[in-house]
Amino acid sequence: MKTIFEEHEPGRGTEYLPSREVDLGALLPSAEIRKELPLPQLSEVQAVRHFTGLSRRNYGVDNGFYPLGSCTMKYNPKINEDTTRLPGFAQAHPYQPEETVQGALQLMWELQRDLCEITGMDAVSLQPAAGAHGELTGILIVRAYHEARGDGKRTQVIVPDSAHGTNPATAAMAGFEVVHVPSDERGGVDVDALRALASDKTAALMLTNPNTLGVFDERITEIAEIIHAQGGLLYYDGANLNAVLGHSRPGDMGFDIVHLNLHKTFSTPHGGGGPGSGPVGVKAHLRDFLPMPVVTHEDGRYHLSHDAPHSIGQMRSFYGNFGVLVRAYTYIRALGGAGLREVADDAVLNANYVLSLIRDHFELPFERIPKHEFVVAPPEDLVREKGVKTLDIAKRLLDFDFHPPTVYFPLIVHEAMMIEPTETETKETLQAFARTLCGIVDEARENPDYVKSAPHDTVVGRLDEARAVKQPKLLERLGG
Amino acid sequence: MRFTPHTAEDRREMLRQIGVNSVEELFSDLPESVRLNRPLDLPQGLSESEVARLLDSLAAQDLDMQNHVSFLGAGAYDRYIPSVVGEMLRRSEFYTAYTPYQPEISQGTLQAIFEFQSLIAALTGLDIAQASLYDGATAVAEAAMLAWGQTGRQRIVVARSVDPQYRGVLRTYAHGRGLEVVELPLRDGRAAAEDIAGAAEGAACVIVQHPNFFGLLEDVDSLVKATHAAGALYIAVADPISLAVLRPPGAYGADVAVGEGQALGIAASFGGPYLGFMAARQEYLRRLPGRIVGETADHDGRRGYVLTFQTREQHIRREKATSNICTNQGLMALAATIYTTLLGPGGLKQAAALSIEGAHRLGDGIGGALGVELAFSGPYAFELALRSRAGVEDVQAAMLAAGMLGPLDLERFYPELPGHMLLSVTEKRTTEEIDRLLGVLQGVEA
Repeated sequence: MKTIFEEHEPGRGTEYLPSREVDLGALLPSAEIRKELPLPQLSEVQAVRHFTGLSRRNYGVDNGFYPLGSCTMKYNPKINEDTTRLPGFAQAHPYQPEETVQGALQLMWELQRDLCEITGMDAVSLQPAAGAHGELTGILIVRAYHEARGDGKRTQVIVPDSAHGTNPATAAMAGFEVVHVPSDERGGVDVDALRALASDKTAALMLTNPNTLGVFDERITEIAEIIHAQGGLLYYDGANLNAVLGHSRPGDMGFDIVHLNLHKTFSTPHGGGGPGSGPVGVKAHLRDFLPMPVVTHEDGRYHLSHDAPHSIGQMRSFYGNFGVLVRAYTYIRALGGAGLREVADDAVLNANYVLSLIRDHFELPFERIPKHEFVVAPPEDLVREKGVKTLDIAKRLLDFDFHPPTVYFPLIVHEAMMIEPTETETKETLQAFARTLCGIVDEARENPDYVKSAPHDTVVGRLDEARAVKQPKLLERLGG
Repeated sequence: MRFTPHTAEDRREMLRQIGVNSVEELFSDLPESVRLNRPLDLPQGLSESEVARLLDSLAAQDLDMQNHVSFLGAGAYDRYIPSVVGEMLRRSEFYTAYTPYQPEISQGTLQAIFEFQSLIAALTGLDIAQASLYDGATAVAEAAMLAWGQTGRQRIVVARSVDPQYRGVLRTYAHGRGLEVVELPLRDGRAAAEDIAGAAEGAACVIVQHPNFFGLLEDVDSLVKATHAAGALYIAVADPISLAVLRPPGAYGADVAVGEGQALGIAASFGGPYLGFMAARQEYLRRLPGRIVGETADHDGRRGYVLTFQTREQHIRREKATSNICTNQGLMALAATIYTTLLGPGGLKQAAALSIEGAHRLGDGIGGALGVELAFSGPYAFELALRSRAGVEDVQAAMLAAGMLGPLDLERFYPELPGHMLLSVTEKRTTEEIDRLLGVLQGVEA
């Protein structure tokens, strides 16, 4: 497909604004005025066909099954798209006086309260813009907490070897040294190793539960005790909250801080990689460190409170990705408490169902009851003898119009394939996926080369990533 | 309202296949002590029509820029968004996809990001651009981290005339890395090159917004010169609409340009989601945070796009990554790409020119108005800082009574500027509306 630069034709364009002529030279110093603006010129219909064309070269949840582990690609209700665009929300300016945005503030206040209830925390900030941004917020709270206590020796953050890459990257951004704790043979944190690593240098342990292997860490209370006994804090990465909604709350597991991914658990669309929203909840003893502002409710009015001398400060402009908050609020109101628990029920049911249908064809790193997702690997002999790898199976899935699972993560499982069906899929879709996946394994034994050269039916085949680095072309300019 | 499809019979059949008797059995490994043995205390679920009514009633409590005439700006703008932008953004192939891990079925997202990078590079006049960041404030903070990584220097210098939201976020991020933040003072509302020499000694970068938070044009040439003389990187903060008519950062010697892209076709939406952008000179490619898309080909020579230079990123480099950011602000970057494509160079220039013309009509009118005067003397673009003898709250109340939103009380962020306020004019403001505002301002004093 052509780019907008290749579609360019000088003189084309549409009159979106009044065409009144303005003499800029009379308003600005002439030396400051730009001479050239090398941007493409397209007619409206060209632009519409161009972006429609691009959309057709994409695959979203509305196109089909998207079992991308760790990403919770559930169906996104369309009502959310309407509510977020209501003028009172979409057309409200962030600097409007509080009395003119009481509806928006009420929504935020109620959402803060609901997220406290869902996570078992005492206070929530809606400001962080994404999961990773929530992590940074949480770990800066860890830092501020220890600093406020004059406890300057806590330089380490402990991270499991199964963790998302954001965990160590975040700890480093907040100025901590990262210490890795291994997993045990059941896929949980190796508690003995943790005990040996935890010390008065431990600022926090970052944990996902269920973890990235999709299993619930049964020894969570013991883990919490180890960290707390050393004076450290327990941080909950909310990536997998979908699995335990209404069943178990991070606050009751012993966590002090939690970030959520509203775009996963609370079904706001992922937007091709954003915007997300990553609210952070804390227990009461950390409330004063939350980023500002938080929404308060006093004397029947809602306020943006900036009053917090110990706050870590501000994490982004204004109050958060408000448009995403509206979608999450809409979703929570639609489902209610019982509906949210049913989300977890069906997410876990669906994962276990798919696993039961494919387990004979794959290798399992652990014999556990998975929660909302699970990790498998292709049969070892298929990899060894036929040279067919996880990547090949993932690419072959594309030919059958399925989005592949997450691959090569977590790092501790060789040839990992991480499958998260989510609760919104029908039994028939799950069966079709399982049948296809097993069919590919069978096919790979008969005709490995065909699988290794997949995909065959997509708009492009496997792309040369090495070339993209060796001969970088990172943008286009008018005139080539 | 549920979005789960299973019937009771579906569940029975699935449980039978799994080999358990109930869903509860699948949660049997949760220790008793961490179980929530009561229903979540949340309002009952609602049908779609009830949810719609609830959200309508909340939104209806707000005033907004559709039913009021807005003169608020200061980092979020009421600009005209062509109908095509919203129409295209609602194509669910775009908005229900995730980050393009599988390039063969994500060419739409990837090419759109490639085009976004190209547009940002063209607007800023720099060599390269990345795939976007959360917002302008975090883009400023990430740029400072880039400069720290590049120079190893621990001090960040920022002009006090930079958006206070951006400076706030910069301080938060800098504290994490243990960096010192030093501000250049306001000199008649602007930064002065004379102040850089001392402050920038041993600094990683100097950050200057142009036009600045007060709408004033900074003396960028002298600021760049002083910054480079101190061996620091010059980080330009720019409004993308202003770049349609003003000399771009690449032309005046900036090393990195960042900014807030909300003005490019994104609704004000009570503060988010917005769009951070970052462009830089070629030599900083491997220090850029977040996603970068590059062009390549498949085995048949068909052109395609992939995420590239990923060894900078958290999923590969973990604690040594340039940032912890996972994806980009995908849908917002798409909005900006569509908007910029539709308006083209002529439309963008016109948006900027009409805004500047309107701001000057307002500024010129204020010259004669009693009680209100321009706070600073330098040339300005879309925004005007005013000093009022009446209280800022009185001005706000009078404007509200006249069906208008504004101004921002500057004392909230600048204690040294009591009685100061900021008004903003976009291309949506008509001469009639501007004249009506002048009347309101005069009336406040009277």
